[in-house]
Amino acid sequence: MSVLIFVELDEGKIKKSSQEAIFYGAKVAETMGTSATAVVAGQADQSELAAAGRFGATKVLHAADGKLNEPNGMAYASVVAAAAQQEGASVVVLAKSSLADAMAARLAGKLKAGLAANAIELPDLSDGFQVKTSIYTGKAFAYTNLTADTKILAIKKNTIETEETDATATVEAFSPALNDGDFGLKVTNTEKATGDVLLPEADLVVSAGRGLKGPENWGIVEDLAKALHAATACSKPVSDLDWRPHHEHVGQTGIKVSPNLYIAAGISGAIQHLAGVNSSKVIVVINKDPEAPFFKSADYGIVGDVFDVLPRLTKAVQAL
Amino acid sequence: MKILVCVTSVPDTTTRITFTDNNTKLNKAGVQFITGPYDDYALARAVELKEQSGATVTVLTVGEVDAEPVIRKCLAIGADDAIRVNADPADAYFVAGQIAAIAKENKYDLILMGRESIDYNGGQVHGIVAEMLGIPSISPVMKLDISGSTARMTREIEGGKEDLEANLPLVLGCQEPIAEWKIPNMRGIMSARTKPLKVVQPTGNDTLTTVASYELPAPRGAVKMIPADQAETLIQLLRTEAKVI
Repeated sequence: MSVLIFVELDEGKIKKSSQEAIFYGAKVAETMGTSATAVVAGQADQSELAAAGRFGATKVLHAADGKLNEPNGMAYASVVAAAAQQEGASVVVLAKSSLADAMAARLAGKLKAGLAANAIELPDLSDGFQVKTSIYTGKAFAYTNLTADTKILAIKKNTIETEETDATATVEAFSPALNDGDFGLKVTNTEKATGDVLLPEADLVVSAGRGLKGPENWGIVEDLAKALHAATACSKPVSDLDWRPHHEHVGQTGIKVSPNLYIAAGISGAIQHLAGVNSSKVIVVINKDPEAPFFKSADYGIVGDVFDVLPRLTKAVQAL
Repeated sequence: MKILVCVTSVPDTTTRITFTDNNTKLNKAGVQFITGPYDDYALARAVELKEQSGATVTVLTVGEVDAEPVIRKCLAIGADDAIRVNADPADAYFVAGQIAAIAKENKYDLILMGRESIDYNGGQVHGIVAEMLGIPSISPVMKLDISGSTARMTREIEGGKEDLEANLPLVLGCQEPIAEWKIPNMRGIMSARTKPLKVVQPTGNDTLTTVASYELPAPRGAVKMIPADQAETLIQLLRTEAKVI
């Protein structure tokens, strides 16, 4: 009857979004009067695994088979399904990511589980199992009843504010039988930006649009992002023009973000762009056009030239 | 090669969403329905593969009769035939069950769809279909080439991308820039009228989720404007008032 949380690693460390998932799962477990168990696949230090306890997991199942060292959504989904069976878990929690999204779907099929794909609050267990989810790309919410015996909650970033304790989790080796069929994909090449803050994980995002006039001008965006330890993002036209890579494109057909702070420079704010960013806690818009529709959806606005304003903001952050 | 492309009929991306019946139904008044933008990319790539190597492209939707304009447009863009499962697409598990049932019968080499529908944003159906069929699923796929029975793909990952190889059959969730959206031409629109569109009844009625009610986001408070020559005060406000940095 326990709650199971899939914990994703990044270079051997528990990802920040997974810390949130553990905390969220532990809260659900508390309401259900049960315990929270984390499941981790791939290589990790025992001390890092035990740290799952800081966020509320009492136990960590560690699937350390060398075949799992490379992230593999299908194999990981099989590991989590096996863990759910072993633990008799009726709720599985994951933090949304490119890996977890693919896993959640396979898991829903494997466990015949009802999946809330964009949960944004703790579930209400007072009458059945209901959870608030984000739909229409952030333009609306649905109160979704999960009616199957097993429930999967894939949570968006910033669904819950985490708290830490000094607790440690007990770590158990977990060695489910692996299925050859899960290893049919061959990764032939990986390109990944290193050293940068990953956009879906970022608490702060500095985004820019066509108002920057060309890719050669992105230095002022990167400078502000660096000063803030923020991720950089862009609008769809900028990614379509190849000024910036596609994985930085936020909006209806790009990445959906929900950071604490989203700064938009030189982006007019088409409804498709707003859809991807409107669950951000605080939105700042900088645009030289006072009529830019984005100002209507912003918390703070500056009508001004981005080439003047961005460097001044960077200096002000550096002076803090 | 046999390709199945699964499409959704969804409100246009510019739609301002509202609800009726005490927030239990989408208000469809004045809403233009379109093919899911991600599904459109999947269809465009399928049609390109057909032009390159002579595949057949079947388009499938689970939807009531009002979904037919969307499926006719897919035929006009270049799909050869269409299947409509005559049912409300109640939830992802139900829709996946319909697709899997048809796929088991017709043995497609490639099942393509958008990475997610833009109404419920679940991104579940490709994974569940693949699980039901016992084959791999990959999403979001931004590049796809087929040679013989091998698919070479590029998938977006956080902060980058990876190249993959796998043997057919596969289920893929697609996104840009896998292909350019196609706009139907006059000849396509004329020929679409006579292309076969089969309406079939659903198999089973398993659903695992239901929506109790909908809600719109609370409007943001009024924007606080800061004069450009005092831009630095923004940083102070973000620190002391908004407390986000």
